[in-house]
Amino acid sequence: MTTMQLPRIEQPVVTPPVDAPPSPTPKEIPRKIRGVSFEERGALVGSMAAALAADWLIYERLLSFTGKLGFTVCWYLLFLVVHAAITALEFPRPIVVDRVATGVVYGGAAIVGMAVASTVIFTFIKGWPALHHLNFYVDDMAGVRPSSPLTKGGVGHAVLGTFIQIGIAVVLSLPLGIATAVYMTEVGGRMSKTVRTVIEAMTALPDILAGLFVYVLLVVNFQMPKDGFAVSLALAVTMVPIIARSAEVTLRVVPGGLREAGLALGASQWQVVRRVVLPTARSGLATALILGVARAAGETAPLLIVSGASTFFNKDPFHHNMNSLPLYIYFGVRSPEKLYIERGYGAAALLLTIVLILFTLTRFLARDKVRSR
Amino acid sequence: MRPAMSLLLESRPESVDQPRQIDPGLTTEDRIFRSSVSAVGVFVLVLTGSIGVFLGYQLIPTLGHYGFRFFTETRWLPEQDKVGIAAVVVGTIVVAIIALTVAFPLALLTALFISEYAPGQKVKATLVAVVDLMAAVPSIIYGLWGAALLQPQVQPLSRWLSQNLGWIPFFKVSSTNPDAAAWEPTKYVGSAFIAGIVVAMMVIPLACSVMRGVFALAPLGEREAAYALGSTRWGMIRTVVLPFGRGGIIGGTMLGMGRALGETIAVLLIISPDTVIKLSILTTGTDTISALIAGRFGEATSHQLTALLAAGFVLFLITLAVNTVAAIFIGRSRSGAALEI
Repeated sequence: MTTMQLPRIEQPVVTPPVDAPPSPTPKEIPRKIRGVSFEERGALVGSMAAALAADWLIYERLLSFTGKLGFTVCWYLLFLVVHAAITALEFPRPIVVDRVATGVVYGGAAIVGMAVASTVIFTFIKGWPALHHLNFYVDDMAGVRPSSPLTKGGVGHAVLGTFIQIGIAVVLSLPLGIATAVYMTEVGGRMSKTVRTVIEAMTALPDILAGLFVYVLLVVNFQMPKDGFAVSLALAVTMVPIIARSAEVTLRVVPGGLREAGLALGASQWQVVRRVVLPTARSGLATALILGVARAAGETAPLLIVSGASTFFNKDPFHHNMNSLPLYIYFGVRSPEKLYIERGYGAAALLLTIVLILFTLTRFLARDKVRSR
Repeated sequence: MRPAMSLLLESRPESVDQPRQIDPGLTTEDRIFRSSVSAVGVFVLVLTGSIGVFLGYQLIPTLGHYGFRFFTETRWLPEQDKVGIAAVVVGTIVVAIIALTVAFPLALLTALFISEYAPGQKVKATLVAVVDLMAAVPSIIYGLWGAALLQPQVQPLSRWLSQNLGWIPFFKVSSTNPDAAAWEPTKYVGSAFIAGIVVAMMVIPLACSVMRGVFALAPLGEREAAYALGSTRWGMIRTVVLPFGRGGIIGGTMLGMGRALGETIAVLLIISPDTVIKLSILTTGTDTISALIAGRFGEATSHQLTALLAAGFVLFLITLAVNTVAAIFIGRSRSGAALEI
């Protein structure tokens, strides 16, 4: 009390304002619910270091195991144990459990991330010997002997074949798929339920069966050649149910109010579908299509059955064999020739690039949709 | 009203009121639209349905030629015209189960990480894109990755499993001595185990995106209630997110299993075809229905081609059953739409 009063006397006569804070109450510090505190970070780094040291001692020295994979796994497990022990020194059980769970979740996600990264990086590293020659992209394999260097020949014919086959498959399957989706969402009726059930069932059709179906029906029974068109048919058979289903999902989220507004203005149902429903769902439909195309572009199993491999450019889908990227990769890596294997990996990297480009395009379209809303 | 109306009518008796037709019926344009779209729908129904019927029909000549032994015979010997699908059905299911065992925890953890742990919306969106990308990578590339990069890493793991967990029948190895100083890595090549791990790479994105979708729907009110009661983040996940998403977890996993059952090319690139039923998953040699079709259609006689189609139909039925159960589970999970906050 006295210490409080002393300075007040010496001060000039200034009455403290009424709303001034009274004697300082202990300042409230909000509990931190997000982020990492210093102690936590210290415990984390410390446990990592301790686990690494223990791992080196036990794994390498005492048990004399070898292998990077095993070392990493043991390090991770030891880290979980040490981290739990350090946390247990200071905190109650629920927090220890929380920290261990966090470690496990991060570990699981890291494994998946590493698997994806290693897949992409591996493909490009293995494909690099073939990829950095320009002729790889524009030439075909006509007259290229197994011993020919990578500066001769390329996969131009396979890329062309893939684009032609996918193009025809899209032309066949896109109208069918979208019209079916429109039928299921806009027209409806009892029949549409049957259609929906069957289409959902057919999305379970393993892709190789579509290929075998087309092969037995057209090539064996009707003596059709194993040409590019047969491949397109097989791809279209797998794509129709997929496109129809994803298009239906997209059309179903178009708000009913938009349709009713169109009808109330006197538009016919066809006008509403053409001018309101489909434009509203356009970006979603495009996303579905591109994902379907990306899927079909990498499809190998049906190609293996209905398509014959070729070594030359073939623009005509109705005559002669037509090569495609997945098929080229498959036969490349299965061959005993080292150079063919390298070409196969190069083609794999190229296929992955095409799929990545299609994929980025999809993300771009999807983002556009969000912005316009 | 009535007297007034009658008065009015009386004053103009010659004009009888005709009610305006409120529903004029369909316009010609609409009639064309509806009938053509319906026609396409029915056409697609017939087209896809006929594929199923065509495949199913192949069972009849197959059973007629090979008899009921088609289901019990393990070997596929085209030269002796002695074919059966017992071993490949078992192989298909074994590979799918291994894939699920590997994929389920990883998919669950990744989904939890993305929906609960990832800091910030940007990181989250990037991770979602990475998982979607994983689904778009062609399966032949996973096959190459598995055969060339993963297989050498897995061989010591297979050996370790056979050394230390050999008392479990699945990990028992009898064709080679895992404890030998000069152990034979080639005995562990092309096994169901490695094929399963690679197929898991294709299951993870599918299962993960379904799970993540369901986790994101877990009600905010219940999450905050858990935090308000002093729960840790894991406590909240265990009591709110996981119970809420149980349907999605099971459904997504089964959907992934549907994908795993039909996978062809990655399996074909890795396994050494061998049509025997065996428990040991670590050693060389196994076969699945789809890999059998891809490997054997070229040399098949017309009877065997029918038999391959019938085998494919069996695969289709298994996949269909799994997918249907998955759809039921996903549909039954507490949907976000019914929530009132």
